Amino acid sequence: MSRVAFVLAMLLAFGVIKLPAERAIALQHRQMEFGEVMNLDLREKLGQLGFIAALSGFRAAVADFLFVEAHVAWERTEWGRVLFLFRQVTTLQPHVPLFWDMAAWHMAWNASAAAINDSSQPRMALRMKTQREYFALGKDFLERGIKNNPDKPQLYESLALLYREKLNDHERASECYAKAGALPGAHSYDKRFSAYELSYCEGHEREAYERLRALYDVGERERLPTLIRRLRVLEDKLAIPPEQRIPEQAN
Amino acid sequence: MITRIFAIARNTLTELTRQKVFYVLLIFALVLIGSSVFMARFTFQQEFQILKDISLGAMSIFSSLLAIVAAARLIPQDIDERTVYAILAKPVPRFEYLLGKLLGVLLLLLISLVVMSALFVAVFYAREQIVLGETMRQMSRAPREQVDDALNAVRASGLKIDIFAGIAVIFLKACLLAALTLFVSTFATTQIFTVMMMMFIYFIGHLQATAREYWLEQQSAGWIAKTFLAIVALIFPDLQAFNLVDEIVAGLAIPLALFAKTAVLGIFYTMIYTLAATFVFYGKEL
Repeated sequence: MSRVAFVLAMLLAFGVIKLPAERAIALQHRQMEFGEVMNLDLREKLGQLGFIAALSGFRAAVADFLFVEAHVAWERTEWGRVLFLFRQVTTLQPHVPLFWDMAAWHMAWNASAAAINDSSQPRMALRMKTQREYFALGKDFLERGIKNNPDKPQLYESLALLYREKLNDHERASECYAKAGALPGAHSYDKRFSAYELSYCEGHEREAYERLRALYDVGERERLPTLIRRLRVLEDKLAIPPEQRIPEQAN
Repeated sequence: MITRIFAIARNTLTELTRQKVFYVLLIFALVLIGSSVFMARFTFQQEFQILKDISLGAMSIFSSLLAIVAAARLIPQDIDERTVYAILAKPVPRFEYLLGKLLGVLLLLLISLVVMSALFVAVFYAREQIVLGETMRQMSRAPREQVDDALNAVRASGLKIDIFAGIAVIFLKACLLAALTLFVSTFATTQIFTVMMMMFIYFIGHLQATAREYWLEQQSAGWIAKTFLAIVALIFPDLQAFNLVDEIVAGLAIPLALFAKTAVLGIFYTMIYTLAATFVFYGKEL
């Protein structure tokens, strides 16, 4: 009996010693935003078993399982379920840009297209309203994804594409491409795309021209057909003197 | 002393190998290859992400299970087969006997994790090469810059060296669980009791951080609740501290200081539980 009491006392003493170390590690986890997802909201979303599994160190595996379920729901065009599952996936794994990107893509591109072509809804105004709501959901996923992964260019690129293709906001698209281009690991076309988008914005022609011209001056690598086309449009618009224009033979 | 400990460790490892525990590796290989085939319908980013998550999750659960099941049977089996009497009748202190047994389990865990890691890296590397080959074939007529961008995107989704730090932490967690199981088995009456206790400890361990923060920060809790939470926080290990793999797979860089602190904590836990096991084992009537 005394031996058991001694062991218990030893474990308690060890517990007191380890406490500051454990707290320091937990604090560092929090500072790096690790495991900031285990809250009651998630408990409600995941159900008891999923929550326990996520708590037991299988968060990534649970997220993958739900991701595959979302993929199946997408194949069945169950948009409500796709949204529900992607909310869980992104809550479980907020630091995986791929999940945010996929969630946004399903909402802003797939669900929105399904909404506008929904033959069960006879009123076009309501179809368009639903489509807008899906665009907003896609945008929300990307913005929250960026908040959780500010150093990943992929989500800025997707948001830029959404602004360009779905929301017709070239200024915001340009901003997003510029932000993506400034991050490590960005695609080489981000800076070019940012300048293209700016060239469509009223009142920003001069800035767009200067950026496109700077890219053109980099050399052959940047002298792509779209860049030359946009430069020529801006040269005409800004009445650039002939001697300062790019050569005619440029393709 | 070292020779005796290693002799017991070698013997334990041989016994465990004869129990066909390495079949776990076969299951792991099946999970890995099966999920790899299943995921052919996804894009390469999705496939790589899921492959990493599932493989590391499987490594974590298999090594934890192996640690618990292997360590739980050490003492009861030796008592049943009366091997323990034969060993302890010789000039082998009980501490050396326990340390040898634990070392045998840790070697088993190390071998298993090395084999699982090698399998994982091999399957992943093969898939990465296939995807790189496909990308190059599909983009054979594209400008060099675009091909480089596409190939870099594939490589960016590939394996990073950080993953091995995550596997090292999985090993440390398994070591801790093995030592804790050995401690529980020194006073447990049956092997099933030990395994069941460890399952509970495993779940409580993952909630320990929540209990600790609630105990230390929540002023409104009553004294009964606070005492209960304090006991949980002080006696149980914080297993959540060892879950770095999810973040590593997500691409977050783990600072060296955090890895070092976690490793030291893991080693410290393992030592303390081994010490506690030894102390109880010395009092056991054999």
